Amino acid sequence: MTDFIQLLLSGTATGAIYALAALGFTLLWQASGTINFAQGEFVMLPAFMMLGFNALGLPLLASFVFTCGVAVLVLGWGFKRGIADPLLRFGMMPIVVATLGLSIAMRNGVRAGYSAEAQPFPSVFGEGLLQVGGLTVTVADLGTLGAAFLLVAGTQAFLARTVTGRAMQAVAQNADSATVLGIDVPRMVFYTFAINAVLACAAALLVTPAYLAKFDMGEGLATKAFFAAIIGGFNNSRGALLGGVIVGVSENLAAAYVSAAYKDAVALVLFMGMILFKPQGLLGRKIERKV
Amino acid sequence: MTPMHRTLAATALWLASSLAVAQNAIRIASLQELSGTGATVGTNFRNGMDLAIKEINASGGVLGKPIQVSHSDTQSNPGVAKGLAQKAVDDDVFAVFGPGYSGSMAVSMSETRRAQIPNFTGAEAAAITAQGNPYVFRTSFGQASSMPKVARYIAHNLKAKTVAVIFVNNDFGKGGRDMVTQALAGLGVKVVADISTDPGKLDFAAPVLQARQSNADVVFVYTNEEEAARALREIRKQGLSKPIVGETVLTGQKVIELAGEAANGAVAHIGLSVDAPVPAMRAFRAKFEKAYGYIPDHNGIKGYTGVYVMKAALQKAGKLDRAAFVKAMHSLKVSAAQEPGVLMDVSFDDKGDLDRDSFLVEVQGGKQVVKEVLPALNKF
Repeated sequence: MTDFIQLLLSGTATGAIYALAALGFTLLWQASGTINFAQGEFVMLPAFMMLGFNALGLPLLASFVFTCGVAVLVLGWGFKRGIADPLLRFGMMPIVVATLGLSIAMRNGVRAGYSAEAQPFPSVFGEGLLQVGGLTVTVADLGTLGAAFLLVAGTQAFLARTVTGRAMQAVAQNADSATVLGIDVPRMVFYTFAINAVLACAAALLVTPAYLAKFDMGEGLATKAFFAAIIGGFNNSRGALLGGVIVGVSENLAAAYVSAAYKDAVALVLFMGMILFKPQGLLGRKIERKV
Repeated sequence: MTPMHRTLAATALWLASSLAVAQNAIRIASLQELSGTGATVGTNFRNGMDLAIKEINASGGVLGKPIQVSHSDTQSNPGVAKGLAQKAVDDDVFAVFGPGYSGSMAVSMSETRRAQIPNFTGAEAAAITAQGNPYVFRTSFGQASSMPKVARYIAHNLKAKTVAVIFVNNDFGKGGRDMVTQALAGLGVKVVADISTDPGKLDFAAPVLQARQSNADVVFVYTNEEEAARALREIRKQGLSKPIVGETVLTGQKVIELAGEAANGAVAHIGLSVDAPVPAMRAFRAKFEKAYGYIPDHNGIKGYTGVYVMKAALQKAGKLDRAAFVKAMHSLKVSAAQEPGVLMDVSFDDKGDLDRDSFLVEVQGGKQVVKEVLPALNKF
């Protein structure tokens, strides 16, 4: 039983990180109809930025704050102006291809420009261990879990309770009506991209101590996060959290009780089942569209 | 003569002179894992080679000729490695170094064998030299030589009766698993958990849990660098208190760097260590660190000594001829007194396997500490 709880806990911690990346997917989709397949690299790049700031002598948290600033500029504003704005009017496909290309460029840019080797990354929660009745839990796992829940809840609260958040939702629902209501639509869309960039930085801070900073660290993460977003419901932010945790936990349990060899297939099977039987996801809602 | 003519003439002269250098040089191709899961292996090997070649060329080369190397990246991918080996054959190089991944080497060495080009490798899978390929030479122990030493340590020093084996599911990992299982069985030690993990695996919660549930006396971890670091972190996280034993990789510099505190206490048999109590090895470590700004792992030593072994064999052959070189390699014995670049006395057998002293190391306070020096099987 303790083993089961142990697996459940570490799976939830991993799932919470998937959830952060998945939340980025759902936010961008809701606000601007963009799917960003470079989401994994949006996590990888801040990890290296933080290492860079850290190497300059800044403590980890200060590095994180600076990285968030740079990420909002580069991965938020730059991405919106450089890729999303010019391509969105041509439909979804160009964006998908462009973000796939961007992910390859970012991955290989880091590989060629910095290093192909994995780099260690300090944990913001330290290396402590807690023993609770036969269970061994790392402070890092608990911290990751707590931080991820706070971030998802915070994003939810921001969207639902603040004027800006409501305006962003209005833009997501109908950009034309929002314009008529006097909402600055481009600004709201930029806010979404900026929030996505900050979430990616947070995911980087939490995931890299375990994944190690490496140019291809985002590859698996983005796939799992995408599956998590679909499973939870692509048009619901809370769905991202649920989907992430489901993927993380079921992967861990399958690896331990079925076979480690099938671990990566679990998310895919869940994803396919969901697409077949409940395409709107667990918490998503059906949207009718005129054709 | 117009300026244009002058430029053309100068370019032609420069091309002619570089062609002359190229023809006069001993050209070797180096196929390394410079990206992908094996990036640490390949980068270290390449840097070690470059350091040795720089030294040799500065002191007049071999047989009066400089060594010229071209490095290429296999991306840790056997298909790419085979293509690069084919290219090296087309380029008609004198020798090929690498790849270092056993899976890549297994497919690329058929190309060099067909062209009768000597192929040095850091790959450790037993199968590499078991196929009777006369052109393949190791730069480190193969699993057939190292695993019996590991098994002996587990059975005699740790007095273990049961072992859990966590291995990486590639040619390197499977070869090591087979060899250690066989060696342990010979000493009456039973493998109670045989746990396969994928290359590039991120989360070791389940494999470590399986090892813990098996209640084995010892956990033997045999994966590549990054996975070894993740496994060590997970072992610490789950509070597994049994001895953790490995072979070479487990206590490598990169693993220690990546695993941090979790690496402390891990024990491994290691063919080459920069912390070995050998003055030449310490001097090498200092030179390498000065040149590249970090401490090399065993792959750096493999690359460095591999080039010096080639130099010694060429001098023994006395001419730049592949057949004579291969013949010289098959009974080569080089002492560090005679050729300081090999760092430790080394001998080769007719299969291309090498023999030399090896070490039992433990990670203490983030450093490799040599516990025991295990003598070479065939002393000079």
